[in-house]
Amino acid sequence: MYHTGNMVKELAEKHGRKRESLMPILQEIITKHNYLTDDAMVAVATELDISAAEVYGTASFYTFLDTKERGRNVIRVCKTITCSMKGKNDIISTLEDILKIKVGETTPDKMFTLLETNCIGWCHKAPAMLINDMPYTDLTPETVIDVVKGYMR
Amino acid sequence: MKNKGLTKVDLIFESTDVRKVMKKAFEMTSNEIIEQILESGLKGRGGAGFPTGLKWKYTAAEKEPEKYIVCNADEGEPGTFKDREILDKAAAKVYAGMAIAGKAMGARKGFIYLRGEYRFLLPQLYVELHKFHKLINEIGYDFSIEYRMGSGAYICGEESALFESIEGFRGEPRNKPPYPTVSGLFSKPTSINNVETLVTAMMIIEKGAGEYVKLGTKDSRGSKVFSISGDTPIPGIFELELGMTVQEFVNEFGDGDTKAVQVGGASGFCVPRKKFSETIIGFEGVPTGGSMKLFNSSRSMYNVLHNYLEFFTEESCGQCTPCRVGCQQLYKGIEMVKKGESKSTYLNELVKLADTMKVASKCGLGQSVGNAFRSIVENFREEIIY
Amino acid sequence: MVTLKINEHEIKVAEGTTILDAAKKLSINIPTLCNHQDLCVAGNCRVCVVEQKGARTLVAACAMPVAEGMEINTNSLKVRNARKHIVELLLSEHRADCTKCYKNQNCELQTLANEFSFGEHIFLDLVAGRPYEIDRSSPSFFKDDSKCIRCQRCVRTCSELQHVSAIAVANKGSHQKISSFHDRPMSHVVCTNCGQCVNRCPTGALVEKTYIDQVWDAIYDPEKHVVVQTAPAVRVALGEDLGFDPGVRVTGKMVAALRQLGFDSVLDTDFTADLTIVEEGTELLTRLKKVLVEGDQKVALPMFTSCSPGWIKFIEHKFPHMLPNLSTCKSPQQMFGALAKTFYAEKRGIDPSKVVSVSIMPCTAKKFEADRPEMRSSGYKDIDYVLTTRELAVMIKQAGINFLSLEDEKYDSIMGASTGAAVIFGATGGVMEAALRTAYEIITGRPVPFTNLDIVPVRGMEGVKEATIKIEGTKADWKFLEGAELKVAIAHGLVNANKLVKAVSTGKASYHFIEIMACPGGCLGGGGQPIPTNIEIRKKRMEAIYSEDTHMAIRKSHENPEVVAIYKEFLEEPNGHKSHKLLHTHYVKRESY
Repeated sequence: MYHTGNMVKELAEKHGRKRESLMPILQEIITKHNYLTDDAMVAVATELDISAAEVYGTASFYTFLDTKERGRNVIRVCKTITCSMKGKNDIISTLEDILKIKVGETTPDKMFTLLETNCIGWCHKAPAMLINDMPYTDLTPETVIDVVKGYMR
Repeated sequence: MKNKGLTKVDLIFESTDVRKVMKKAFEMTSNEIIEQILESGLKGRGGAGFPTGLKWKYTAAEKEPEKYIVCNADEGEPGTFKDREILDKAAAKVYAGMAIAGKAMGARKGFIYLRGEYRFLLPQLYVELHKFHKLINEIGYDFSIEYRMGSGAYICGEESALFESIEGFRGEPRNKPPYPTVSGLFSKPTSINNVETLVTAMMIIEKGAGEYVKLGTKDSRGSKVFSISGDTPIPGIFELELGMTVQEFVNEFGDGDTKAVQVGGASGFCVPRKKFSETIIGFEGVPTGGSMKLFNSSRSMYNVLHNYLEFFTEESCGQCTPCRVGCQQLYKGIEMVKKGESKSTYLNELVKLADTMKVASKCGLGQSVGNAFRSIVENFREEIIY
Repeated sequence: MVTLKINEHEIKVAEGTTILDAAKKLSINIPTLCNHQDLCVAGNCRVCVVEQKGARTLVAACAMPVAEGMEINTNSLKVRNARKHIVELLLSEHRADCTKCYKNQNCELQTLANEFSFGEHIFLDLVAGRPYEIDRSSPSFFKDDSKCIRCQRCVRTCSELQHVSAIAVANKGSHQKISSFHDRPMSHVVCTNCGQCVNRCPTGALVEKTYIDQVWDAIYDPEKHVVVQTAPAVRVALGEDLGFDPGVRVTGKMVAALRQLGFDSVLDTDFTADLTIVEEGTELLTRLKKVLVEGDQKVALPMFTSCSPGWIKFIEHKFPHMLPNLSTCKSPQQMFGALAKTFYAEKRGIDPSKVVSVSIMPCTAKKFEADRPEMRSSGYKDIDYVLTTRELAVMIKQAGINFLSLEDEKYDSIMGASTGAAVIFGATGGVMEAALRTAYEIITGRPVPFTNLDIVPVRGMEGVKEATIKIEGTKADWKFLEGAELKVAIAHGLVNANKLVKAVSTGKASYHFIEIMACPGGCLGGGGQPIPTNIEIRKKRMEAIYSEDTHMAIRKSHENPEVVAIYKEFLEEPNGHKSHKLLHTHYVKRESY
């Protein structure tokens, strides 16, 4: 859990307090913290003078605006057809092995969350995944280990 | 219909003096630009294929002084990745295309809605955008562009859902009418065009509609960027003249064992081997936003369909009944048939349901789920059942 | 005008008319679910799809405007097949335990299923595999997502009519649902318990929490003395659930039915409505005096009425800084409750612990209000059970009473006397009108200067109403008000309340006294009233209320003989010591989500 503090107020100053500011504000919180806490959503609702249920309703529509706690690095492995044909399952089981978590879970040290996602637009270099915003493509069980190790520091 | 064979083209990615093209466009009247685009026969490159010139003409005709040009870069159709490449390699041409579209319809403001999955491109796109704003300033023309980001929702590629998203709401498609050209983003007249469409339009202004119509067929003018993936030795992005048959396409891109090609992504059509020769890729046959997926005989078409239906079940916005519930019924339905818990004749009921979704869903997503469903079930019925 | 053909019939309608409305004009019925007269068009259930000649797809009749030369078929084979599929799809994600359902035979989905889907279901049951839990946390209503068909009427109601949005659409695809903030229990969010969503839910997904069985138990318990009070708005709507058209007053029949049900004493909330006017009117005049004469800066003006528990919870959540502006008067229901177990019990010589106090209300928020910890000033829970108008209708049916043929009967005494001023509490503007009738007379000794006491400017369905009354010829005690203009405002429906309170709190508008009712039309459009509701029905109920007022012998609260008597015998004086203990309350700040 992170502390909301003045962050939302500052974001509202930056992006404005109209309804159209909602997405940019939520997206910037996600960029910083990878997920939205209830406190953050309530703060956004207060700044924009809309209901908290509406903030939650909007956020929960978008796959990347997570409202569940996520680790510092969110891994999203593409599960759509080409990646699925080209070995997505091997990538997933490799990741599950080295992170010692299942899909949908976060490591106890909150460093990684492992998720599946729909087509991320790298079918010609399948299988592919995103770690936070960065795409990684043409993955093999060997290369994916190297990629993740790079995030372990 | 005579087909044009398979010809590689370099229109979208070739380097161009965007300054020259913009200056040329800004010296033309709105009507002259629209006439060129109409004459070129250009149809939207996102998949739906609405004539671009008409869209601009309708928007131009609106009296409201505030209008918008929106670039749809929410490329989410499974198997499509060409817009990413265009933005990566030719962003300046996208921006110029928007400025020209703006000139044609009287819009001073453009928005690019970029899918969240492509956020990593943003820093370089901003560098290019900065250059563009400087350039247009030098030319002395009033037009600016802003980026708006998606956050992982396929449906936001639907134009009115995209507007809802920019306005800060759930990406739920609106009732139509009113159409975007009358009441789009922020309820203002809006032309929303795909990334590739804007670049193509810009190139038409540069080269003239007369040159462009030399490419393609009567119903599918010009060339198109294809996203090619699946069982092919050469996956990637290729710009090809429109009008080829699936057979010609497979000859070039297949691995020698192609049994089916999914044209147009999960919402497109599955063409089986026996129909390769008779099927033209384009509006006279199977239309596509560029997604071409090849499947060889090692692939189970049940798995393909199952994967697509899982995708739609998750990515439906959920507001209308036929799409929200229909997708779940199709998805669970084929599982039950496969497991033998429902009779194989249940597939017939599901095909009827897919037909209902086609005519009764609120937007293009629900309406097109039936395309893949019907074409896969009809051509690979045994694979679905056994 | 636009000319079009529907099922081969030509019709001319105004531009912008929907196909649905055009068809209505031809008496062609197109089924709907997500459509509701009070709400904006959604076009999402797709039950109303029709065939438009030349169109690629079917079109939603509720959302599609007519066009010149349009040819519509509302009943083609294509339409019927699609509609049947759509109803089947809705049924497949709906827990259809119809015979056990509270909304059995009062369910719009059931009606459609009756018309379109019989025999075996085509599709798989999608309910069984999902972990649904009924949210029973609110004292006012249940939320059962397994019966929800995602028509979003409730969401639109909560947003468009009430500006609360305690619920919104969450998630997408197969996970899409109607959710409070992050799935919190409804009792722990901004929900005002107004029940407007319950009024508009086409299925059993949102229903009032019922206390019918508890009330039966009390009635049959020989140890208990069960008193019942009936709110003003119940008598103009109850008939709708029992075979009458909207707008029929059934006061006498209702009293007779309550007696037949076995209540020991059938009393009237009108009595405490009148008492509220005296208490609240006195409070207003005292506040005015403190501000205008004594220059007391701590006294808050304008003063807001406090009869509507939905409104109270709304202001507690959304404008807690305005709580000092709320009248401290309890609502008539709670005044009645406090007196039933003190004054009434004492007078009738009954042990107050044996008194069970039941109220019949047009309201679901009253159930919450009765449960508030502040509402125990008699030493007991002042109101034991609150039933809605709908629940009373159910009890009358259960008892086998032929309501249509009942002879009119009169309320019992004590606490059964009413006035026209009390009756109009049920309509927006009614409390204001009743208060003005009394306050003006206290100040000047003369009746309000309106023909026949009808203060027309405060009446009607306008969302926000304003009026100014010039005070002239004041009595000695009220000289400081001579020549003053009393400025009042009225809002009904929380979306209007929100506008008005915002204007006041930002200093854009200034008034002395403001009446606010949470529900559209006031209590007559309450969340506990018969279903369906729409503007025509609410107007008919309103006409009935004012007609009841006109027919009353006494039409001013301070002239209610029982009110006069209770001050003499028990309360001593308005806003006095006993009043403060029993009839006034305080409020709490609540969270903003």
